[in-house]
Amino acid sequence: MKAVCWYGANDLRVVDVDEPKILNPRDAIIRVGLSSVCGSDLHLIDGYIPTMQRGDIIGHEFMGEVVEVGSQVYNVRVGDRVVVPSIVACGGCFYCHQEQYSLCDNTNPNAAMLEAAFGYSTAGIYGYSHLFGGYAGSHAEYIRIPFADVGAFVIPDGVTDEQALFCSDAFPTGFFAADNCDIQPGDIVAVWGAGAVGLFAMVSAYMLGAERVIAIDRFPERLNMAREFANADTINYEEQDDVVEILKQMTGGRGPDACIDAVGMEAHAGGLPGMYDKVKQTMRLETDRPHVLRQAIQACRKGGTFSIVGVYAGLLDKLPMGAAFNKGLKFKMGQMHGQKYTGELLNRVARGEVDPSRLITHRMSLDDAPKGYDLYKHKYEDCLRVVFAP
Amino acid sequence: MVVQPTTELRRGIHHEQPLSYPNMSRKGRYLAVLVGGILVGVGLVRGGVRGLIMMLVGGGVIAQGVTGISLVLKAIGANRAVRTNEKAVAVPHQQGFRVEKSITIDSPIEEIYSYWRNFENLPNFMSHLEAVEVQDDDIHSHWVAKAPAGMNIEWDAEIINEIPNEVIGWRSVEGAAVPNAGAVRFRPAPGGRGTEIQVKIEYLPPAGPIGAAVAAMFGEDPNTQVAHSLRQFKQLIEAGEVATNDGQPHGPYRP
Repeated sequence: MKAVCWYGANDLRVVDVDEPKILNPRDAIIRVGLSSVCGSDLHLIDGYIPTMQRGDIIGHEFMGEVVEVGSQVYNVRVGDRVVVPSIVACGGCFYCHQEQYSLCDNTNPNAAMLEAAFGYSTAGIYGYSHLFGGYAGSHAEYIRIPFADVGAFVIPDGVTDEQALFCSDAFPTGFFAADNCDIQPGDIVAVWGAGAVGLFAMVSAYMLGAERVIAIDRFPERLNMAREFANADTINYEEQDDVVEILKQMTGGRGPDACIDAVGMEAHAGGLPGMYDKVKQTMRLETDRPHVLRQAIQACRKGGTFSIVGVYAGLLDKLPMGAAFNKGLKFKMGQMHGQKYTGELLNRVARGEVDPSRLITHRMSLDDAPKGYDLYKHKYEDCLRVVFAP
Repeated sequence: MVVQPTTELRRGIHHEQPLSYPNMSRKGRYLAVLVGGILVGVGLVRGGVRGLIMMLVGGGVIAQGVTGISLVLKAIGANRAVRTNEKAVAVPHQQGFRVEKSITIDSPIEEIYSYWRNFENLPNFMSHLEAVEVQDDDIHSHWVAKAPAGMNIEWDAEIINEIPNEVIGWRSVEGAAVPNAGAVRFRPAPGGRGTEIQVKIEYLPPAGPIGAAVAAMFGEDPNTQVAHSLRQFKQLIEAGEVATNDGQPHGPYRP
């Protein structure tokens, strides 16, 4: 079958690989219907995530049709149309019982590697390096789903493939970000990054009762999307000298009650600070560029919540811990717990609360994946999300 | 049946201590002083650079004999100073390598214990084990493990301490290629969070510290193996299967 494989920094190739097989009793195989690019793939493509191997199949946001199930799969059947969260969870460990699925104890075959890096191993992730389990990704015609009872969600009738697709990762990640803010009546939520995850975080913040949402980005078309799709007020940080001051002015001097980082380790910043971190990251003196962290910690109101879903992988420096500490900020972060949210979000889509398919700007075949990632990475043609149909 | 712990098993065995205790036998120490003395004497008579070197080497050998600390024995990880009854102790005092690992499994202690106590289950999650065969007396067992370079090692073991739902203690019997002894302890985790398992193993690597270091380089050392086995045991009990990627599709390394 055809698959999109990683062959080094900025080197994706479409190659022919074997079809996946059932390896364990709780596995299922699905024929991929749609598979999306994701901002976190760019960290792989840019070479910032270690333990990628030549030939690894990437992609982790997908939906499709079940074509085969193992002997211990009961909740899904051959022929079901399903969407699958991007993290792999067993459903039987302490963390899964607490609905913290991305912290699952049992789904990373390479747990020793993550233990060495982070102290403990977290869940496996499709197509996201051997550190995170080495699971083959979804930019392929077929994919194996371990623990399919826990990981595959049947798509309700009336929800199209394109509407269901982002209930795999981008929507649950945004919803998780907003859920972590413990939004109270009257709360104002600021969201850094108006990509798909940021836009879903904005929509979710309103769903969970936010009074107002403010989006911060630098691309006019994305800020436009934030206004139209997510009903947010917007700040273009490249046109403003002082984002923290603007946020104060927009919030009666109080500051946002919650700040969401939907950008992560490859944040962009202008001027000297931006060059400083870009140089350090390129020289591998730090792995992550913490611009959003610095700005959001400064901007957040005292005692407020800082919710981080943009991906960080390693080390960073000059984090204003003094501000965070003395302002008594609450930090919430992590990979989303997809299995906790995907079912609920599919129902919200079915009820017409939101139409996620509006975020798809480009539709391509798998053969065009390298070109699609190039568009997405450089945001050519106002690209927001590229979706591949194998 | 319940077997009381032996004093040999309780005796602490530590590696990684700086070698500050004698490791030579009494005969060896006399011999070192004698050989060192001859070298010094011959060196004195010969004179010149060669004589000087012989005197220096001889002095070093005498020093080892006097202190009882042999650098050669240290390098190969041997200890001739401690008299042990090999029949009673699998891993002699101060010569073993120690592995200690713990894990918590979300399952009742009885289930965990009985699965483990049936040693023939162990290869299900200890991937370095080929097979375990339990004898009729339920005390003695025969073990076959994979060794580096596609070889197998085999040994016999006996249970020397057992308290149901608490502890299983064992040691290898005489003639084991890798003499080992250890105990697995089971206790309830607080707050109903399942069962804590603690494994302690002491073993004598075939080629001493050098052999242990080589094994560690290839991830074949007991430290890595025990951690991996405990993780896989947890997966088997909590998730019903051991997570794997063996056999999944992958692009060619050179397309």
